[in-house]
Amino acid sequence: MSHHIVEVQNLTHTYPDGTAAVRGISFRIHHGEAVAVVGANGAGKSTLLLHLNGYLTPQGGTVRIGDFPLTRETVKDIRKTVGMIFQDPDDQLFMPTVYEDVAFGPLNLGLPPAEVEQRVEQALQRTGVEHLRDRPPYKLSGGEKRAVAIATVLAMSPDILVMDEPTSNLDPLSRRTLIELLAGFHHTKIIATHDLDMVIDLCERTIVIHEGTIMADGPTADIFNDDYLLKKSHLERPLRMQACPFCSRR
Amino acid sequence: MHMSDALLSPAVGGAMWAATAGTIAICARKVQRDLDDRKVPLMGVLGAFVFAAQMINFTIPATGSSGHLGGGLILAVLLGPYAAFLTIASVLTVQALFFADGGLLALGCNIFNLGAFPCFIAYPLLYRPLVGTNPTPMGIAVGAIVGGIVGLQLGALAVVIETVGSKISALPLQAFLAAMLPIHLGIGLVEGLVTAAVVSFIWKARPEILRTAAEARPLGNLRLKKVVVGFGAAALITGGALSWFASSNPDGLEWSMAKTSGKEELAAPATGIHRLLAAIQQHASFLPDYGFKDGGSQPASTAQPPPAWPAVDKGTSTAGLVGGGLTLALAVMVGLLFRKRKQTP
Amino acid sequence: MAKIESAFLDLTYLDRLAAGNTVIHRLDPRVKVVTAALFVVCVVSFDKYVVAAMLPFAVFLMIVMRLGGIPAGYVIAKLIVTSPFAVMVGMFNPFLDHQTVLQLGSLAVSGGWVSFLSILLRFGLTVTAMLVLIATTGFNQVCMALERLGVPNIFAVQLLMLYRYIFVLLEEGQRMHRARALRSFQQRGMGMKQYAYLLGQLLLRTIDRGQRIHLAMLCRGFDGTIRIRRNLRITPRDIVVFLAAGMVLIAMRRFNIALLLGNFITDLLP
Repeated sequence: MSHHIVEVQNLTHTYPDGTAAVRGISFRIHHGEAVAVVGANGAGKSTLLLHLNGYLTPQGGTVRIGDFPLTRETVKDIRKTVGMIFQDPDDQLFMPTVYEDVAFGPLNLGLPPAEVEQRVEQALQRTGVEHLRDRPPYKLSGGEKRAVAIATVLAMSPDILVMDEPTSNLDPLSRRTLIELLAGFHHTKIIATHDLDMVIDLCERTIVIHEGTIMADGPTADIFNDDYLLKKSHLERPLRMQACPFCSRR
Repeated sequence: MHMSDALLSPAVGGAMWAATAGTIAICARKVQRDLDDRKVPLMGVLGAFVFAAQMINFTIPATGSSGHLGGGLILAVLLGPYAAFLTIASVLTVQALFFADGGLLALGCNIFNLGAFPCFIAYPLLYRPLVGTNPTPMGIAVGAIVGGIVGLQLGALAVVIETVGSKISALPLQAFLAAMLPIHLGIGLVEGLVTAAVVSFIWKARPEILRTAAEARPLGNLRLKKVVVGFGAAALITGGALSWFASSNPDGLEWSMAKTSGKEELAAPATGIHRLLAAIQQHASFLPDYGFKDGGSQPASTAQPPPAWPAVDKGTSTAGLVGGGLTLALAVMVGLLFRKRKQTP
Repeated sequence: MAKIESAFLDLTYLDRLAAGNTVIHRLDPRVKVVTAALFVVCVVSFDKYVVAAMLPFAVFLMIVMRLGGIPAGYVIAKLIVTSPFAVMVGMFNPFLDHQTVLQLGSLAVSGGWVSFLSILLRFGLTVTAMLVLIATTGFNQVCMALERLGVPNIFAVQLLMLYRYIFVLLEEGQRMHRARALRSFQQRGMGMKQYAYLLGQLLLRTIDRGQRIHLAMLCRGFDGTIRIRRNLRITPRDIVVFLAAGMVLIAMRRFNIALLLGNFITDLLP
């Protein structure tokens, strides 16, 4: 198994309307790490994530995924390694049934039908949604859609999972189920999120982004204890690290 | 207005389906070869958009009645004519199946009426030239209004021709035209105005969307346009001719059979089956006027039905009514009796 | 209820009906599509003055509806709602066509009335046939059947994707519609300007969604073609049902069963 890393060096990206979304970001992520990317809205999280699967190519700086530098030619290979899960699962589930959505990726990889079937089965089982295989996506609940969206990506056997706000709009039980599911994955995980409590559960490392640059990059515990840093980045402590609203005890 | 199966004859319906199927095939090939594969998801969601948009009504000023977007022209603006045609076809299919807007056979007519005219005539021949590659609000308005009006007028005209050609409705051509065309002038104007408003909105908010759409060439080459228009004309003419032929003689096939084969074939059933069938056929018509279906007293080669019916065979009429009533009762019975077996969804 | 809300309910209701598991539901969708088409062609090919001969088709439909668990009340309600165009055009027939085609004792029934009745019957039969088709098959299955029957792949994909996102778009449209309605206090309807604005917003969101979907497709290796699952299998039962239904339909078209029944009964009477 090769040493998969994500390496971003001095990445910059400015949108056509002039917004400088990313202004010189550098970091390295090693195989198996779970890293949270946090920051205020508009800080540049999404733009950064879009580089990781090749939707955007760097205007300045470099991105390396595994052995590949990110260029127009390597985009296809990079997309086999990096699985991206978007914020709105309705954007990801576009086939008539769950089965076909999960099979979409493997079929596009050109795999033989038997292997496609196997991959789909495995992905559905991993995410606990085998019973939904013939269901159309508009009949799924929010939590189910999230799980299926993850399954669609898992079926491609990526090494790196990139997720954009995975717990948004989920009810508490679905959220908990999702967190437990993600905790069981051994992929390299990069999660952009506002759900700082989930970060405590899943990610040992956190990168704080503010106005297109990295404010901090280190162990989650250190960052969430640094109130000054959090405030400067337009964040606050995770809820469970704040004073208890009923008894004021931590 | 949507064409309905109730007013359609198989000849006209079949002809229009031929035209529609051919157009779908051509458009499918064109879209497949289109290098912009963003169109695939875009067609899907824009179809859903048009469908949803048609469910929202607005009040037309000065009349108080409500209207909604048709969508043909705006789809053509955003997707180009080929993809737009497929999208409109899909919207109409859903409407036909779920909301009984038209019918299975009439779907062929509706797709052509509401799809081909906006996509292949109104958009490339009117909207594009009027709006040009550098849209201005006025240009958009003029192009959309003219395109909307012409597209809908042609559609209305097609519905009239299809209805009159089917000869199920007794409405004469002029009267029907006089009713449909003015109404659809208004509808077309409204469609044009709404399309103009929405397109202008997009132009102001996100002009790059329209810019990329405007860069594509509207129709591949002139030849294709002629093919499509030719399709439509041929379909209308063929359908019209066939249905005239079919209906000017009540059972055109049998009439032609009688004409070509002569009397002997029909008057002399050879085997037992033929005798039985002939006997059945004698009674099989509600209107025993058809010469060759009569007891044989009238010459088989009578072409036109006499204007005044001869004394209608009371027996046949009574039997017909009794049988009809019984069958109807049977249908109702099946409906009521077995209601307990209904499975709750 | 606003049109958009009732449309949503209609779709979900028919969708739910289609998820049933009756003997009709279990038939291969291709059989059902072709039989429905045959049904419509048979009905529509009748002459303009035919009424009684069409009635056995109603019995056929009723039987299928019962077997398929489709409530007649729903169908009738739908028929009433969608009838205006056919009724309005057909209504002219009695005024235009005066020749007597039927003599009931001393009452002369004109061809116009008979053909009007025929039009109504045609309407009822063809519309019901379609509802029955979609309520026992489901839209996705119908699309798969169409694709197997030769419809171009990209059109079948378009249909499937449209259906998939119809619910999403209807919901978004509903939300925007409601939000606007809640803020407009005097007027009952909205003017063209507001309508265009609402549509424009919805359209922009839709286009953005289209781009996001495209991105999601690319991330999973999209290469321009969407492959639809092809797991329809014709069983011997499907073939038997298809042939039987076909023969029944053609027989009903060819022979005036109502008349035969009537003859039979009247011959029995003294």
